[in-house]
Amino acid sequence: MCLGVPGRVVEIKEGGIAVVEFSNGVTIETDANTIEGIKPGDLVVVHAGIIIAKLREEEIEEWARSLQEFISELESKESEIAEMLRELEGG
Amino acid sequence: MDYHSREIVNKIKVMIHKVAKDINGTVKIMDFCGTHEHSIVYNGIRSLMPSNVDLVAGPGCPVCITPAHYVDAMIKLALDGVRVYTYGDTYLLPGSELPGSDKPRTLADAKALGADVVVVYSLLEAIKHYRRDPKESVFLAVGFETTAPSTASAVVNRLLPDGFTLINVHRLTPPIMRYTFEKHRDNPIRGVIAPGHVSTIVGAREWEFVPKEYGIPTVVAGFEAYDIMQAILYILLMLRSGKPRLVNQYKRAVTWEGNKKAQKLIRECCEVVDSSWRGLGFVPESGLSFRDKYKWADAIYQYGLRELSENEWKYDLPPGCRCAEVTLGLAKPTDCPLFMKVCKPGVPYGPCMVSSEGACSIWARFGSGGLVEELVESLGLE
Ligand code: SF4
Repeated sequence: MCLGVPGRVVEIKEGGIAVVEFSNGVTIETDANTIEGIKPGDLVVVHAGIIIAKLREEEIEEWARSLQEFISELESKESEIAEMLRELEGG
Repeated sequence: MDYHSREIVNKIKVMIHKVAKDINGTVKIMDFCGTHEHSIVYNGIRSLMPSNVDLVAGPGCPVCITPAHYVDAMIKLALDGVRVYTYGDTYLLPGSELPGSDKPRTLADAKALGADVVVVYSLLEAIKHYRRDPKESVFLAVGFETTAPSTASAVVNRLLPDGFTLINVHRLTPPIMRYTFEKHRDNPIRGVIAPGHVSTIVGAREWEFVPKEYGIPTVVAGFEAYDIMQAILYILLMLRSGKPRLVNQYKRAVTWEGNKKAQKLIRECCEVVDSSWRGLGFVPESGLSFRDKYKWADAIYQYGLRELSENEWKYDLPPGCRCAEVTLGLAKPTDCPLFMKVCKPGVPYGPCMVSSEGACSIWARFGSGGLVEELVESLGLE
C-alpha cells in the first residue's frame, strides 16, 4: 500500500492530470493536484494514482557520489573512529 | 541485487559488524513501512546482521490494521446493491465473519454472491470507471499519509461525481509510532528506520520527536538494499557515539518540509480524530475523518451507517491470529501457529496475510530464515 513507483511525466492534461511513463513503457494517468509545480520531463514517484514526490535528480547524483565516499571514508577512518570513541567513553 | 549493489552492501555489512561489536546488548531496530520490510526480507538483510542486531517490522501495513467494522460495512453496501470499489490489497481482507460462515467474509466473497465489486489501482481509476458506467458507488479509502492525499484531492477538488462516496479509513503514522514505543517499554526499540514514502508527504521533520523525546536514533531511508544497510549503519554509529539524531538518508525523494500541497489538501479535507486499529483498539489522534463541509463525500454518513465508537469497539481479529502482536513487532509471523498451516497467501485467515505489505504475507512469499540464508549464500553475500 505504500509502494511508490518512479516514472517520468510525459504530459500534463486538463484538470491537473499528469500522464506518467514507467521504465517498462507503461503509461498511466495520475492526479498531479497533490504536488506543486509538476511539468513534463520531471522524474516523480507515483503511489496509488497520485504523484507523491518529485525526485531531485541532482540529489540522486549527489547521493551516488556520497555513498561511495562514505564507504571509502569509513574504511579509512575505522581505527580513528574507534580511538575517538575510546576517548569519549574514557573522558 | 546487481553485482555493484551487492558489493556496496557487502562493504556496509563489514562496517555494521565492526560498529555493532562496540555496542552493549541487543539493538532492536524497527522499520515502519511495508515496503522496507519487503526489501529487508527480499534481500535477505536479516541474515547479514550481527547477532546483536535485531530487525523488527513495525506497523507499516495500512490494510492489516483496517478495522473489520469497515470491511463489514463495505460488504453490507455491496450486498445492498451499491457498487463498491476496492484496492486489490483490500479485496481479500476479512471482515468479522469467520471462515466457514455462510455469510460473506470478504469483498471477494460478496462478489461471488453476485455483488458489484470492482478492483482498482487508484481512486482516479475508480472515478474513470464510474464515468464510463455510472452507478451509485462507494470506494474503500485506506492508507497512511502516503495515500490520504489522493482522497483529499478528489474530495476538495471535486473530482468525485454525484453518487460516488467514500469510506475513509486513513490512519496516521506518528501516533502509532508513539503507541508502539510504549508497548516495547520493557525491551526498548533502539533505532528507527522511518517510512520513506510517508516521509515524502509529511517531511523528514515529522520524525524529529523520536530522537528528541525518546532518545532513539532515526533514519529516513530509501528502499534499495544499500539504503537500508546504510540506515542501519547510521543508527549503530549514533548509538555508539551516544548521540541520537534524525538523519535523512532519502534526500533524493524526501525534503525536510515534505509535500506541502498534499499536507494542505489533507488538512483542508479532514480533521484528526481518535481512531481504531484492528486488533489494537483506539489510538489517540491517529486517524482522519472528513470535515463537516465534506460529509457529502462520506459513505458512513450518507448511508446512515454506524461509525465505530471507542465504547463499542470489540477485539476484531479472528481467534488464534496474532496480527496485533505481529503489527507491533512483538511477535514474528513464524511465532503464529497458524502461519503457513491454516493461513497462507491466497487463502488468508488473518489480515496480515492479505496485503502484499503485510508482514505475514511478505514472510510467506519470500521466506524468513533458512530460505533467505540459503539465497544469500548462493548470491555470495556471506
Ligand atoms: S499467520 Fe495469519 S493468522 Fe497468523 S498472525 Fe499472520 S495473518 Fe494472523
